[in-house]
Amino acid sequence: MPRIRAAVVGALTLSLALSATACGGGSTGGGSNEQPKTLTYWASNQGASIEVDKKVLQPELDKFEKQTGIKVKLEVVPWADLLNRILTATTSGQGPDVLNIGNTWSASLQASGALLDWDDAAFQKIGGKDRYVDSALGSTGVEGKPPAAVPLYSMAYALYYNKKLFKEAGIAQPPTTWAELVEAGEKLKAKGKNGIGVEGSNLSNNIHQIFVLGKQHGADFFTPDGKADFTSEGAVKAVKQYVDLMAADKIVAPGNAEYAQNQSLSDFTKDKTGMVLWQTAAATFKAQGMADDAYGVVPAPVQSGTPGTGKNVNSMVAGINMAVFKNTKNTDGALKFVKFMGSDEEQKILNKAYGSIPPVKAAQEDPAFNGPATAPLRQTLATSAAALPQVPEESQFETVVGTAVKELFAEAAAGRPVTEASVKAKLDKAQQQMPKK
Amino acid sequence: MTTTAAPEAGRRAVRKDKSGPGAPAPRAPRFGRLRQIGLPYLLLLPALLLELLVHLVPMVIGIVVSFKELTQFYIRNWGSAPWAGLDNYSVSIDFNAPVGKALLASFVTTCLFTVLSVGLCWLLGVTAAIFLQENFRGRGLLRTIFLVPYALPVYAAVITWAFMFQRDNGLVNGVLSDLGITDGSSFWLIGDNAFVTLLVVSVWKGWPFAFLMLMAGLQNIPRDLYEAAALDGAGIWQQIRKITMPSLAPVNQVLVLVLFLWTFNDFNTPFVLFGKAAPESADLISLHIYQSSFQTWNFGTGSAMSVLLLLFLLVVTGVYLAFTSRGSRGRKA
Repeated sequence: MPRIRAAVVGALTLSLALSATACGGGSTGGGSNEQPKTLTYWASNQGASIEVDKKVLQPELDKFEKQTGIKVKLEVVPWADLLNRILTATTSGQGPDVLNIGNTWSASLQASGALLDWDDAAFQKIGGKDRYVDSALGSTGVEGKPPAAVPLYSMAYALYYNKKLFKEAGIAQPPTTWAELVEAGEKLKAKGKNGIGVEGSNLSNNIHQIFVLGKQHGADFFTPDGKADFTSEGAVKAVKQYVDLMAADKIVAPGNAEYAQNQSLSDFTKDKTGMVLWQTAAATFKAQGMADDAYGVVPAPVQSGTPGTGKNVNSMVAGINMAVFKNTKNTDGALKFVKFMGSDEEQKILNKAYGSIPPVKAAQEDPAFNGPATAPLRQTLATSAAALPQVPEESQFETVVGTAVKELFAEAAAGRPVTEASVKAKLDKAQQQMPKK
Repeated sequence: MTTTAAPEAGRRAVRKDKSGPGAPAPRAPRFGRLRQIGLPYLLLLPALLLELLVHLVPMVIGIVVSFKELTQFYIRNWGSAPWAGLDNYSVSIDFNAPVGKALLASFVTTCLFTVLSVGLCWLLGVTAAIFLQENFRGRGLLRTIFLVPYALPVYAAVITWAFMFQRDNGLVNGVLSDLGITDGSSFWLIGDNAFVTLLVVSVWKGWPFAFLMLMAGLQNIPRDLYEAAALDGAGIWQQIRKITMPSLAPVNQVLVLVLFLWTFNDFNTPFVLFGKAAPESADLISLHIYQSSFQTWNFGTGSAMSVLLLLFLLVVTGVYLAFTSRGSRGRKA
């Protein structure tokens, strides 16, 4: 009897040990070239749907296979899942070879050490750093370190206005400053329409908007040595100005406080809302059946003067970067694929399909990126866009400050006053939730 | 249940072996005894292994992680994350600092939510089960309809609720304003009303299970008890109080515990309703922990919070079982 008990105990111990090993942590190994004939690619969802993306990307991947003999297995990952999928892949070491990341995550993911460093040698293999515009390169990782990713699609915020509603409200010129924007919003409201749409419950969108307003008020949200600085005077003013569009100016419908799934864009295409501040919305408007000439695009507003640098920044550098997973078993193939996707020809095809701007200088010359919908975006990227803070804590910043703005919108929607003190209290709470340094 | 059934099955199998007419010659008695003891364990082994793999190993890893400073800087090779001692725990239970304060608020919200949700689920379940005990035309259909929320996939159902609770285009506000109860401009997915939203969806989703269990329990109560009580002049309330409720006690004991654990740990409902950042009024602890670990990439603190939650649930379950089983022993004696 004791023997069989011992055997059972032994078996159990063994299975425990086995399963513990099976669940063991990620690997630290670098890349290799064990599987030179295949690549796995996680693409972010850029088109109106995942199916649209597959239709756009597959012919290009087939072209790549024809040129190099490398088969690329494509998976389009929805935005809601992408960061979690990357984190899981990082932890387990089981991930794709090449992947798209939101460019604002570059520094955060760089800190995890999961992505291949793009040092000068690596950049040489894809044609050199000089091919890319500076603003796009500014959002690829912490300054002074080799970038963690390469720009793929660039986007910028612009003010989209509904021409029909503007005409009905008698607004002759699209606004160029915030004061003019509020004035236009009031005129639209007088006609029973919403002035401007916001996505109050979308944390990332909140961050993009208040980051730009922060720049305009001289605030950066992080000190130069990378510490959270959410409660500066400028930061409070920026958040208050954004939430005041609903709370004080009343040109945002209260219902927008719960928007997080681009409902503001549907309101815009259905002629309910006169303006939205959005990045490359043209493709979405088209998918929702709005004609290209039914809306206008102008650079996003500033406090005064014209868009530029410093306090006249009017957009973040939005975009998608392409990264190589360090654990890849096909490093050479992955570099070839990034080079292919960054080639002038592919850049033109892909950015045209998605309505974005190529971060590659030569591809930008194509007249397609100088049309009425794209010219303001290109101009903004070239002259008046700033990269979000390139610090490892960027994704935490998006969560805690994005949530603070969401809560402030909820209060404004419920008719409660939003004051400098209440804004500061929320930002202070957000700051205290940041990891201690 | 398996543990008690297995030895019995083992004994029977051995007995059959010995007595069967075509059975091989009996082996050495010692080996037979070994088989007698070993067989149940052998039969249990696969379940045990899976249990280990699916539940215990991740749990142990979670506990280990809770003592580490596992942030984004270490997730690639989390074995190398430095030990943090009790730091993650002290941050989580320092109720004067924002992290601890938020966790405590979330804990209180979750407790209140769980009590209300379990109570309402049970009340609805028991009422419906008693009503449907009577034989009437359409009873089968009603029973089926009542079970629909339980059969629907959680995500599909909760997304539909999220649409219905939208402020501007949602069905709920439409109905409420048509009935003249509100002016139709209430927010349900943000602000303080979110708690009510969460409760409604949770009860809608949970009560059919209570109904199912209680209905099964009611089937086991002999009808002649009621007939005898009726002859003695007991009214319907007295019958429910003196016969139905005591007979349902064993079912209730398990049902309330299971509902409590499910509701307390519910992640899907708030996540699908509110997304990554739930409103403070409806910030359930599982979502709160998710936000503390996945959204801020601080898996050590998130794990510490999970371990605290585990301890709390273990204590509650232990106390509950000790309390209720003492009660039922007392009744039997």
